Amino acid sequence: MRDVAVVGFAQRQMPEFDGSPTCVELLVPLFAECYEQTGWTRHDVGFWCSGSSDYLAGRSFSFVSAVDAIGVIPPVNESHVEMDLAWAMYEAWIKIQTGEVDTALVYAFGKSSAGVLRRTLALQLDPYLMTPIWPDTVSLAGLQARAGIDAGLWDERAMAEVAQRSLTDAEKNDYAVRKGGSSVDALLARPMYADPLRKHDCAPVTDGAAAIVLAAGDKARAVREQPAWLTGIAHHVDPLSMGTRDLTRAPSARRSAAALDVTGVEVAELHAPFSHQELVLRRELGLADDVSVNPSGGALVSNPMFSAGGIRVGEAARRIWSGEASKALAHATSGPALQQNLVCTLASTPEGTN
Amino acid sequence: MGKQPAAVVGIGQTHHRAKRLDVSMAGLCREAMDRALEDAGMTLDEIDAIVVGKAPDLFEGVMMPELFLAEALGAAGKPLLRVHTAGSVGGSTAIVAASLVQAGIHRKVLTVAYEKQSESNAMWALSVPVPFNMPVHAGAGGYFAPHVRSYIRRSGAPNHVGAIVAAKDRNNALKNPYAHLHNEGTTVESVLASQMLWDPIRYDETCPSSDGACALVIASEDVAAASPNPAWIHGTVMRSEATSAAERDQVNPQASRDAAAALWKQAGIASPIDEIDMAEIYVPFSWFEPMWLESLGFAEEGGGWMLTESGATALDGRLPVNASGGVLSSNPIGASGMLRFGEAALQVRGLAGEHQVDGARKALGHAYGGGSQFFAMWVVGSDKPTS
Amino acid sequence: MPRTLSAPVTVAFDYTRSTGPVIGRFLTGLRDGVVVGARTSEGRVVIPPPEYDPVTHQPTTDFVEVSSSGSVTSWVWVPEPVAGQPFDRPFAWALVTLDGADVPFLHALDVSSADEVSTGMRVQVRWAAERAGAITDIACFEPADDGAGAIVPFPGDDVVSGVVTPVELDYVYAASPEESAFYRGLAEGRLLGQRCPTCHKVYIPPRSACPTDGSPTTDEVELPETGTVTTFCIVNVPFLGQKITPPYVSAYVLLDGADIAFLHLILDIPAEEVHMGLRVKAVWKPREEWGTTIENISHFAPTGEPDADYDTYKNQL
Repeated sequence: MRDVAVVGFAQRQMPEFDGSPTCVELLVPLFAECYEQTGWTRHDVGFWCSGSSDYLAGRSFSFVSAVDAIGVIPPVNESHVEMDLAWAMYEAWIKIQTGEVDTALVYAFGKSSAGVLRRTLALQLDPYLMTPIWPDTVSLAGLQARAGIDAGLWDERAMAEVAQRSLTDAEKNDYAVRKGGSSVDALLARPMYADPLRKHDCAPVTDGAAAIVLAAGDKARAVREQPAWLTGIAHHVDPLSMGTRDLTRAPSARRSAAALDVTGVEVAELHAPFSHQELVLRRELGLADDVSVNPSGGALVSNPMFSAGGIRVGEAARRIWSGEASKALAHATSGPALQQNLVCTLASTPEGTN
Repeated sequence: MGKQPAAVVGIGQTHHRAKRLDVSMAGLCREAMDRALEDAGMTLDEIDAIVVGKAPDLFEGVMMPELFLAEALGAAGKPLLRVHTAGSVGGSTAIVAASLVQAGIHRKVLTVAYEKQSESNAMWALSVPVPFNMPVHAGAGGYFAPHVRSYIRRSGAPNHVGAIVAAKDRNNALKNPYAHLHNEGTTVESVLASQMLWDPIRYDETCPSSDGACALVIASEDVAAASPNPAWIHGTVMRSEATSAAERDQVNPQASRDAAAALWKQAGIASPIDEIDMAEIYVPFSWFEPMWLESLGFAEEGGGWMLTESGATALDGRLPVNASGGVLSSNPIGASGMLRFGEAALQVRGLAGEHQVDGARKALGHAYGGGSQFFAMWVVGSDKPTS
Repeated sequence: MPRTLSAPVTVAFDYTRSTGPVIGRFLTGLRDGVVVGARTSEGRVVIPPPEYDPVTHQPTTDFVEVSSSGSVTSWVWVPEPVAGQPFDRPFAWALVTLDGADVPFLHALDVSSADEVSTGMRVQVRWAAERAGAITDIACFEPADDGAGAIVPFPGDDVVSGVVTPVELDYVYAASPEESAFYRGLAEGRLLGQRCPTCHKVYIPPRSACPTDGSPTTDEVELPETGTVTTFCIVNVPFLGQKITPPYVSAYVLLDGADIAFLHLILDIPAEEVHMGLRVKAVWKPREEWGTTIENISHFAPTGEPDADYDTYKNQL
C-alpha cells in the first residue's frame, strides 16, 4: 500500500443555502480554501471525485455543472459517486493506490432544504413495497431507537446524554447549525416528537458542501509538517430490509472496523444523524470508553447530506494535523438506519504507531 | 507498488428489450450477473466487492437504488460502490471496478450496470423544466442534434454517412442475440426514408430506449491465470470537462482528445488505426461514429466520415466498429457504456459468437456522457500487457 | 430583496414497475387478501418475501401463507405525516411480526395517540376496500379485535406482475446569484452578461464559476438583443412534459459581444429555412407579461441582415 494522507479539508454548513442546487457558488470558495491550505493550484490535483444526489437536487444530472467550479480547461481526470463524500474519498484513495495519480481533491455537496428531506429519502427504500407508503427517515430511525430501548441496550437518558454532549461541543464549531447544551434533565423535559425521538435526537436538515485533499508520500509531507495518514479504510453494506435486520446492530460497521486496527484511537468522529445511532456505533466499532467521540458536535448538530460523512474524516484529520491526537477514527453512513458504513483510521505516522 | 495487472474473466448481459416486463430491477441485474459469474466459473460468495453503475435515479424513481438492491445483488456484507457519471457511467463503473483490482485491494470484483427505462420515460426525466429558463430542451436527441449539424458543416460530410452507420449497426445487431433491435432489412435507403425527429437526426439514426443490464467479473493476475481466455486491461482513462463553456469545441471536445491520447500512451499504442483490431464506441446517434473516429485518432480531423463511408468500420473492414450493433441497437443507458467495454472484452476473448471479428486481439471500449463532457475508455487485449 | 430568485418545481411521474415473480406473488396475495411470505434457506419465514435467498442467493420459490394478525415488535409515532403516507393525521408506523412469520414487516398502525401503542400489542391487517395488487392493499394495521381482518373478496384471478407507483416531489429551485442578476435584468428588458475576470470571456447567463478557470464571472456587460444562430435542431418529436408544440427550432443564439451561445426558439421564419449564420433579434412578449425569466423573450426572429460569416462563429460549435 502507498502511504496516503489527508492534507486539506474545507467545509460549509448552513440551515438553508439560498443558492442553486448545483452548489457551484459554495464549491468555488471551498476549493480556494483547499488551494490555500496546500499551496497548490488546480493543476496539482491528479484526480477529482465528487459525491451528490440527483434526488436531493430534484433533477437529473445535477452534478454535471459542479465541475465548472474546478475550471476544467484543461480537462480533468474525474469521477462521481451517487454517495457521500467519504465514498468519493475512497474512490480517490483507490486511484492513488493504483499508482496512476499522487494527489486528489474530493468534494460533495447537497441542498437538503430544496425539498422535504425526510420525505425525499423515502425514495431510498424498496420501490415496490415501501416507497408507495412513504416511510420517512425520522420514523425509520425511531423504529430503530425503540428496538434498542425495548432490548434494554439504551434508554432515553443515554440518548439525551449524546445530544447534550454534542450540543455542548458544537459551541466550539463555527459550522454547527444547532448548538448550545443545557442539561440532560432539561433535554428530557422537552416534548416527544417522533416518540421515542425528541427533536434534539434527530439531526437538523442541513445544506452544505465539503472538500478533502489527499496526497501520497512525499507530496503529503511537502504540504504539511503533520499530515493525517490514512492508515486504514474499509466499508461494507447491509441489507436494506427493516424486518430482517437486527436494528440494534450495524454489522457492516462492525465488519469495517474489524478490517482496521482501532486500538489506540483517541478521537472518533462518528456519522450518527440520530442520537441512538452513536450508541450503536460505539459498540460496533469497539471504541474504548476513554475515546473522545464527536468533538465537533457530530452529525447530530449539522448533517449536510452527502458531505456529512466526509466531514467526519476532515474533522478527525484536523485533530491529527494539530497534534491534538495521534490516532483518530472517522466513520460515515448511508441509507436508512445505518445500512451502509465506512470506517477509516488516521494517524500521525503512516505506520499508525507513535 | 505500481498498478497490478487485471483482467475481465466473466461477461454477462441481459436480452435487452424495450420493456422487460418479466423481471424486477433486481431480476434484470441478476440475469446479467449470473451470466457473468457462470462465464467466470465463480459464485457470488467468492466476490470481494460489488460496483454498481446507473444513469440518473429519476429514470427508475429510486434514490440510490443500490441500497435496496444490496441483498438481491449479493452485496450484503461486502463493499458496495455506486458510480454515476451520466451516459459514460457504464464505462466509468468498469474502470472503478478495475481500479479496485489494480490497486491490489481486491482479487475478484463484480460490476453491474443497468437501466430499466420502461419504468419511466427518459425524455421526461431529462427535460424537467428549470424555472426562469426556456423550455426548449428535448431530451438527448434535442441536445446532440445541433452538434451533429455542426459536425456536418465543419467536415463537409455527405448527408448519407449517418445512414451508413445506422444500417451497419442494425445489421450487426442481427448477429447479436442479446441486442434489443433486430430490424431485418435495414438499408441506407430505408434509414434515409425514416422520419426526421430532431433534424438533422432521423428516427433510424437514434438509439432505442431499452431495459437491460451488463455485468463483468474483473480479476487479479493470479485469479486470471486460471481463466482460459482473460481479457487483459491495457489502459483505462476518464476525463471530464464542462457542459458549456466559451468557445468550447462541442463536436470534438478536448476531454475526448486528451482521454484518447492518454489511453493510447498507457496502452503503448502508437497508431490506433493499425494496432486496434476493433472498437466498441458509444454511438447513440449515428453521426457520432465519424465524430468519435476523428476525436479518438482513428482518422484525421474531418476524415472520420471517409473512414465510415469507405466501409472500414464494417464487420469485415479495417477497423470494425460496434460489431455488437452498438448503442444504436440496444440502449439501457446506464449499462450502455459497460456493454461497450464488455463487448470489446468478448472480442479479444474470442467469445463474441456470430459477431466475432476475426483475429481480434486488441480492442477499444468507449463511453461518453453528459453534454459530450464525460469520457471513459479502456483498451483490452488477449495478451497480458508487457509494462 | 432576497439574494437569489427561487420558484417551485414539481417532479412527478407515475412509475410503471414490473415486479418479477416474487414480489408479484406477494402482491397477488395482498389483492386476494392473503399475506404471503417466503421460507428462506435458513428456515425463517420472511415477509415480504426476498427476491433472492439471503444465503444461497437463489431465486425465492418456497412461499408460505401467514396470518393477517400479529404482534408489534417496534413502533414510532408520526406527529407530522408527509404527503403520500397512509394517513394525513398523526399515526404510528409499526414493525409487526405476523403469526406464522419469523420477522416483522413495516406498515402504518391506525391509533389516535402514542398512548394507544405498545411493543407486543396485538394488531391485525385492515384490508383496503378496493385492492389492486399493491402494498396499499393493506390499508394499515389496527388494534386486534375479534372480528379481525374482514376481507372484501376481490374477483381477480390473474397474477400481479406490475404496479404503478406515483412519485411526486415538490422542490424550491433557486437560481445562483449570477443567474438571478441575469433574470432580474430580463424583468427590465435588459440582457446582462458578465465577464470572467481571468479569461475575459463574456458569459450570458453569467456563471458562478467560469468553467475554464473556476472563477465566478464578475464585471457586468449589457448585451444587445441581436445575434447569430450558430447551430440548431428542428424538434419534430412530441414528448411527455413538452411545453412547446413541435415542430419548433431550438437554436444556439450567440448574442453580439458574447462568447457563448444560449438556447432559444426561432420563429417568424419557416423551420426549414433556418440555417447556421442566420442573423436574429429578440422578440419580446408584451411588457405586462414580463417576469424574471428568459421567457420574456418570446423567440428570436430574422433581422433580415446578410448571414454572419462562418469564421465569426466557427469557434462556438
